[in-house]
Amino acid sequence: MSTRRFALALAGMAMLALTFLIPPAAAQDGKIRVAGIYTVPVEQQWVSRIHKALNAAQERGDIEYVYSENVSNTDYERVMREYAEQGMDLVVGEAFSVERAARKVAAEYPDTAFLMGSSFPAQEPNLAVFDNYIHEPAYLTGMIAGEATESNVIGMVGGFAIPEVNRLMHAFMAGATEVNPEVRFLVSFINSWYDPPKAKEAAFAMVDRGADILYAERFGVADAARERGIKAIGNVIDTSGDYPGTILASAIWHMEPTIDKAIEAVKNDTFAAEDYGQYSYMSHGGGSLVADEELAPEGAVEAAKAKQEEILSGAFEVEVDDTEPKSTM
Amino acid sequence: MEILEILISANFWAAAIRIATPLIFGVLGALVCERAGVLNLGIEGIFVAGAMAGWLAVYLGLPLWAGVAIAAIVGGAFGLIHAGLTVPLGLSQHVSGIGVTMLATSLSYFVYRTALPNVSSPPRIVPFQPVDVPVLSDIPFLGPVLFSQTPLTWLAFAMVLVVAWLLYRTPLGLALRAVGDNPASVDAQGMSVTSLRIGAVVAGSALMGIGGAFLTMSAFDAFFFGMVNGRGWICIALTVFASWRPGKALLGAILFGAFDAFQVRLQTVIGSALPSQIFLMLPYVLSILALVLVARRADYPRALLQPWFQGQR
Repeated sequence: MSTRRFALALAGMAMLALTFLIPPAAAQDGKIRVAGIYTVPVEQQWVSRIHKALNAAQERGDIEYVYSENVSNTDYERVMREYAEQGMDLVVGEAFSVERAARKVAAEYPDTAFLMGSSFPAQEPNLAVFDNYIHEPAYLTGMIAGEATESNVIGMVGGFAIPEVNRLMHAFMAGATEVNPEVRFLVSFINSWYDPPKAKEAAFAMVDRGADILYAERFGVADAARERGIKAIGNVIDTSGDYPGTILASAIWHMEPTIDKAIEAVKNDTFAAEDYGQYSYMSHGGGSLVADEELAPEGAVEAAKAKQEEILSGAFEVEVDDTEPKSTM
Repeated sequence: MEILEILISANFWAAAIRIATPLIFGVLGALVCERAGVLNLGIEGIFVAGAMAGWLAVYLGLPLWAGVAIAAIVGGAFGLIHAGLTVPLGLSQHVSGIGVTMLATSLSYFVYRTALPNVSSPPRIVPFQPVDVPVLSDIPFLGPVLFSQTPLTWLAFAMVLVVAWLLYRTPLGLALRAVGDNPASVDAQGMSVTSLRIGAVVAGSALMGIGGAFLTMSAFDAFFFGMVNGRGWICIALTVFASWRPGKALLGAILFGAFDAFQVRLQTVIGSALPSQIFLMLPYVLSILALVLVARRADYPRALLQPWFQGQR
C-alpha cells in the first residue's frame, strides 16, 4: 500500500512542478503584440497561411508574435483569456467551433483587438472576422479542371461540409461546368481535418468510379492521384513541389493583406468590428491562381487568365454558395 | 444495382483490407492484454506514439523495418507504464489507460514539435509500397485484393496466426489465458501472475504501436496530429465483437474496413439523396449493431479488470 501512495504522491509533485514551468509574458518594447490561437498544428493548410503572414510581419519588425497551436476547442476560451490578460494588442484565431465562447471573451476584453476566422458577422466593438474567400481562384482552377478531364468525372473530397469548404467546392464546380457542361462531380466528406489515410481512401473510391481529376481539399487526396497516375487540383497552399507532375492548378490563399490591414488598424488605433473577408479576394491580393502550363491542356490556362482579368476588373463575379455540395452522378 | 457492383469489385475489397490493417494489429494487441485480464485503454495514445515514432525513425534515416521495430518498442514502453500502474500497483485500469492515452498523445506531439520546430508542411518519407507477388497477384479477384498489399498488411495476417498459435498451442498461451480467467490457479502452479500480466500488456501494446506505424509508414507517408482519429477505440469494441478470439478479431476488423470502404463509395453513388453525415455514421452504427448481436454471447475473460495481489482473496 505505501508503495502505491508514494507513487501517487510523486506523480502529484511532478504535476505541481510542471505548472511553474509556464513561461512568463514577453517584455514590452513598443511593437504591436500579436497572439495566434489555433485549434490545429501550424502545418495544417488553413492555419499555415495565417501563421506565415504573421511570421512575415514579425520578420519585418512590425509585430511581436507568439502562438499556441493544437488548442482544443474546450480549452480555447482559457487560452484567449490568458493572452488578453497578458495585454496582447491583437489576438488572431479561429472561432468556427467556439463562436459563443470566443464572442463572450472578446466582449470582456474591449481593449484587445480580436481578429477571428468565423462564418458569422463581426461583433462590436472589437471582434473582426475573416475567412478564406478564395472562391475566385477556385473558380479558375475549376475552368482548368473542366478542360483537362477526359472521363468528364471529377472527384472532390472535403473535410467537413461547412461554409468555408462548401463555397470553394461550389465555385470550383461552377468553373468546371462553364467550360465543360458535360462534367459530373463526385463529392464526399470525411468529417475530419486531419485524417490523410481516410481522405486517400475516399479519393481511391472516386478513381474507381471513373474520376480522372481530383479536387484535393485535404491532405491525402493528391497522394491518391499520384498513386493512380491522374491529376489533382490544389487548394489553399501550393503543394506542386511535393507532387511533381500531379498538381494541375491550385487556388492559393494569401493571408498577408488581411493581417497587414489589421496590424495597421491596431497601430493607428482604428481597429473596428469589420468583416475582413474582402481582403481574401483576388482584387486585394488575398487569393491567386497557380497553374502548371506544362500539365494543363492547351489554352486552358490562357482562358483562366482571361477570366481572372474579368474578375479583377469587376466584370465577372463568382457566386458565393455556402450550401453543402452534392454528387451530380 | 450499382451497390451490388461495388460489393463484388476487387478494388472495394482491397480497400477494405487496407482500412482493416491497422485495426487488425490494434485488436490483436487489445486481445492479448485483455486475455491476461488487463483492459488497455492506452491503445488510442499508443497508436499515436507508434505512428510518430516509426515515422520519425525513418525520417531520421533508419530503414523502414527498423522504424516498425521502433514503433513496437515505443508501444511496448507505454504498455509497461500501463502495466506498472495496473498490475503490481492494482490501480483502476480505466483511469490508467485513459491517462496513458493522454500522455502518449501529448508526448508524441511534443517530440514531433521539438524535433521539427519550423516546418511549413509535414515532412514526407518513402513509405512501404504495395508489392505484387509474382504469380499470386495475377489470380483474378484474390490477386488484387490480397497480393497487391503492402508488407505490413501481410505482417498483420501473419500476426493473427502467431497470436492464435501462441494462445492455443503453447504452455505460455495456456498460462496467459489462465491468468485472465483465474489468476489464483496460475499462482498455485508456481508461476508469477505479475510477470505474465506485465508481459502480455507490453507485448499487446507493441502490436498496437505497429498498428499506428501502419498509418504513417504504409497508408500515408507523414505524421499528422489527430490522424489516428478514434481507430484505437474501434479496436476496443472489436475485441468484444471478436469474443477475444484472434480469428474473429481478423473477421471483425475486415468487416469494419468493409463498412468504411462501402460508406465512401456509397457517398458518391447516392450521396445526393442523403446528408454526408449519415454515410459517415454508417460503419459505426453497423459496428454497434454487430456488437449488440454478438455481445450477448461474449465469453469475456473472467478476471478482466480485477487486480490480483498475492495472498489476498
